[in-house]
Amino acid sequence: MELNARIPDGPLEQKWENYKKNAKLVNPANRKKLDVIVVGTGLAGASVAASLGEMGYNIKSFCFQDSPRRAHSVAAQGGVNAAKNYKNDGDSVYRMFVDTIKGGDFRAREANVYRMAECSLNLIDQAVAQGVPFGREYGGYLNNRSFGGVQVSRTFYARGQTGQQLLLGSYQALMRQVDKGSVKLFARHEMLDLVLIDGKARGIIARNLDTGEIERHAAHAVVLATGGYGKIYYLSTLAMGCNGSAIWRAHKKGALMASPSWIQIHPTSLPQSGDYQSKLTLMSESLRNDGRIWVPKKENEERPPNTIPEEERDYYLERRYPSFGNLAPRDISSRAAKERIDAGFGIGPLKNAVYLDFSKAIKEQGIEKIKEKYGNLFDMYLKITGYNAYEEPMMISPSAHFSMGGLWVDYELMSTIPGLFALGEANFADHGANRLGANSLLQASVDGYFIAPYTIANYLSTEIHTGKIDADNPAFAKAEEEVKAKLHQLAGIQGTKTVDYYHKTVGKILYDYCGLSRNKEGLEKAIKEIQLLRADFNQNVKIPADVDSINIELEKAGRVADYLEIGELMCYDALTRNESCGAHFREEYQTEEGEAMRNDEAYQFISAWGWNGLSQEPILHKEQLVFEFIKPTVRSYK
Amino acid sequence: MKLTLKIWRQKSQQQAGELKTYTLNDLNSHMSFLEMLDILNEQLLLANEDPVTFDHDCREGICGQCGMMINGIAHGPLKNTTTCQLHIRSFSDNDTIIIEPFRAGAFPIRKDLSVDRSALDRVISSGGYISTNTGQAPDAHAIPITHQTTEAAFDAAACIGCGACVATCKNGSAALFTSAKVGHLSLLPQGKEERAERVINMVNAMDEEGFGHCTNTEACEVECPQGISVLQIARMNYEFIRAKIFEKEK
Ligand SMILES: Cc1cc2nc3c(=O)[nH]c(=O)nc-3n(C[C@H](O)[C@H](O)[C@H](O)COP(=O)(O)OP(=O)(O)OC[C@H]3O[C@@H](n4cnc5c(N)ncnc54)[C@H](O)[C@@H]3O)c2cc1C
Ligand code: FES
Repeated sequence: MELNARIPDGPLEQKWENYKKNAKLVNPANRKKLDVIVVGTGLAGASVAASLGEMGYNIKSFCFQDSPRRAHSVAAQGGVNAAKNYKNDGDSVYRMFVDTIKGGDFRAREANVYRMAECSLNLIDQAVAQGVPFGREYGGYLNNRSFGGVQVSRTFYARGQTGQQLLLGSYQALMRQVDKGSVKLFARHEMLDLVLIDGKARGIIARNLDTGEIERHAAHAVVLATGGYGKIYYLSTLAMGCNGSAIWRAHKKGALMASPSWIQIHPTSLPQSGDYQSKLTLMSESLRNDGRIWVPKKENEERPPNTIPEEERDYYLERRYPSFGNLAPRDISSRAAKERIDAGFGIGPLKNAVYLDFSKAIKEQGIEKIKEKYGNLFDMYLKITGYNAYEEPMMISPSAHFSMGGLWVDYELMSTIPGLFALGEANFADHGANRLGANSLLQASVDGYFIAPYTIANYLSTEIHTGKIDADNPAFAKAEEEVKAKLHQLAGIQGTKTVDYYHKTVGKILYDYCGLSRNKEGLEKAIKEIQLLRADFNQNVKIPADVDSINIELEKAGRVADYLEIGELMCYDALTRNESCGAHFREEYQTEEGEAMRNDEAYQFISAWGWNGLSQEPILHKEQLVFEFIKPTVRSYK
Repeated sequence: MKLTLKIWRQKSQQQAGELKTYTLNDLNSHMSFLEMLDILNEQLLLANEDPVTFDHDCREGICGQCGMMINGIAHGPLKNTTTCQLHIRSFSDNDTIIIEPFRAGAFPIRKDLSVDRSALDRVISSGGYISTNTGQAPDAHAIPITHQTTEAAFDAAACIGCGACVATCKNGSAALFTSAKVGHLSLLPQGKEERAERVINMVNAMDEEGFGHCTNTEACEVECPQGISVLQIARMNYEFIRAKIFEKEK
């Protein structure tokens, strides 16, 4: 398939303007006749549903939680980037564009990234108008902090709960439309399949999680804003329900999956302490503004951290990357931690962590200042671990966090299925092979507020004469039958192992072979292991048999069944990319100093995969990346 | 550690429920309360029994999806802590723990420990927002807001919507939840235009959803994981009376 991102002509700064100027519109009287399904109520989903509702379209909004306000965007702590240059420290849309392209190791589309940076200005305005209480200085103006991979302060924050506050802004906008009747809400509903009629996305099959009922929902366009699938690793910073099922089922209906193996492993999460553990809580990257990362210089050090003298500590990020130091980008910081841990310098009971130390900052700024900046994070650390980080350094370690990969979309955020759009973390678009901190709340929000409302309207302008989409169409009946058959199949296995067992096992395989570093042999092995595990799952998984009422294990089983397929594709993706870039570090391709070796000549493209049937090698399509405005260089943070 | 759990089991809203007793041995004291329930569920499943249905998602105290009464206290014994952030080191070896759902007239039970809190969403949709459409916003610096005002608004906005306040209140009132949103938005200059209609609509919605009245017992504040202050309720009462006076003047 020829992959055309359909990027508008013109200079970089004018592409989005040009697009908007030429995009087709739908007149207000016609909007009432058009239905749009939005799956997901995170920043991307809530904002697009609210915005389209405000414009007058009929929206159905879905989420699996009991309220749209609980989408995982709520958990983002540190902040959201915008090139406002309120600090007068040399920031600009162009600089943000450069930082993001470079941060992503030159594996993202220029035009998309520039547009994201451009729209960042409006997002802060929008959020403030909704009542988002961003941190402010005493004079009343907005404050900023720094995140990894940049040398300016462009991160807006609301204490350590930025995602919550941004999400509440878009949730409230959504609920306002619910009150007005333009949005109909379906909480506790899980999308289980996408329905295509004549090749176009025309609706979904959803399960009502309260009643077990299988429902058909028809529309003129379908938007998937279903978040990331990093939970595939089981131990991750994501919520328990985060999943890849919505995009995966769309993939099996023909939508291409791009760069599925580009998963960000975050450097500062809490380390695993036992095999009962269900998640690894993130400690916000903002802590790296004042915290210094180190390990003892001595292998298997047993002394408590505060008694280890300064000269016997290895501040390895400051040592290896003097100009960015503790604020080196995530992929680099995580890999550097893994390097030290693997070499035997890890700390903590399982020797799987490194220290994040605030003693210098406390000495210089006073404990009150540190409390004001990070109080809630220190409290959270105390609650979870039982240790007081004002008195001793935190123990942190890398954990699966964010999926740069996702459904392939063009400049309009439309997938390879006409009428199917993917927004937010569910698409692959803007972060290349490594996402910069605080860029993803931004991406989810601008996709939903400022981009999709134009591009979806452009698509819908061709649908004015279509008339209502009929949920009695045989395509709906067929999809519904297939969904029901799948549920009965899962419930009918009645084996001897729980869903969690399979989830933990596939997570471990991926951490070992398709995590922070990868190699050919390991990936080939992982593919075989995942295939065997999948076969085992299909014979031996055990869940309660009732599919017609609340069944929490059935919900999990469907998601893990998909993970067992997604994991395999991730390994193919990593195996066929014979270079190291961003989060994708192939051991065979590194410099003598252990830095990533990119290969622009052979791999300056996005891998977009087509479904080819179970256990069949997937089909690779390439989107060549063209760098017109910035020249790919070796990424250096030294 | 060994713990005995008495858990509320109820198949559906229509059926009656009861407390059932389970014993767990060899628990690691570092595990979280919900991880302990995961272990129980694993054992139940393998013994052909129905696992305990409970709500949870983020497991880091921010989404508000978890919540149960633990020995009669919403979210258990630790102050300012959600159920998911509770660890079993807060209990002693051989303790018996009674686990029940959040109970309130406006929160019908779905199954076991899971309740339907959609009434809270409907209170928000009645007016818990600032009416601004996408694209209408002026520059973020157009209206300065002092540090103190922002922080005060944040204190109210921090509510996670878990419903612990409702479950704790003997009247099943949602006054703390509703007042947190009223307080957040009425403190900010952007929210002042609609403050009168907002508070009246939200208080009415609260009544329509079957939440009880606030009788100032202040029990809610004690159990709020975000430490939302009952002063928000005082502010809501002030806003309500103010709105009523202006309504009469019209
Ligand atoms: C702990 C943590 C901290 C973070 N901190 C930051 C930060 O400081 N700055 C930053 O920029 N980014 C941060 N991120 C990343 C950022 O939060 C996410 O990438 C972003 O919020 C994703 O938003 P979204 O709208 O795409 O998806 P989500 O918010 O995850 O929403 C997904 C929605 O889809 C629904 N859904 C999913 N599948 C289905 C289905 N099958 N059927 C029905 N509904 C479904 C869910 O119910 C939910 O409503 C953080 C992420 C984590 C995990
Ligand atoms: S699970 Fe999210 S607050 Fe407890």
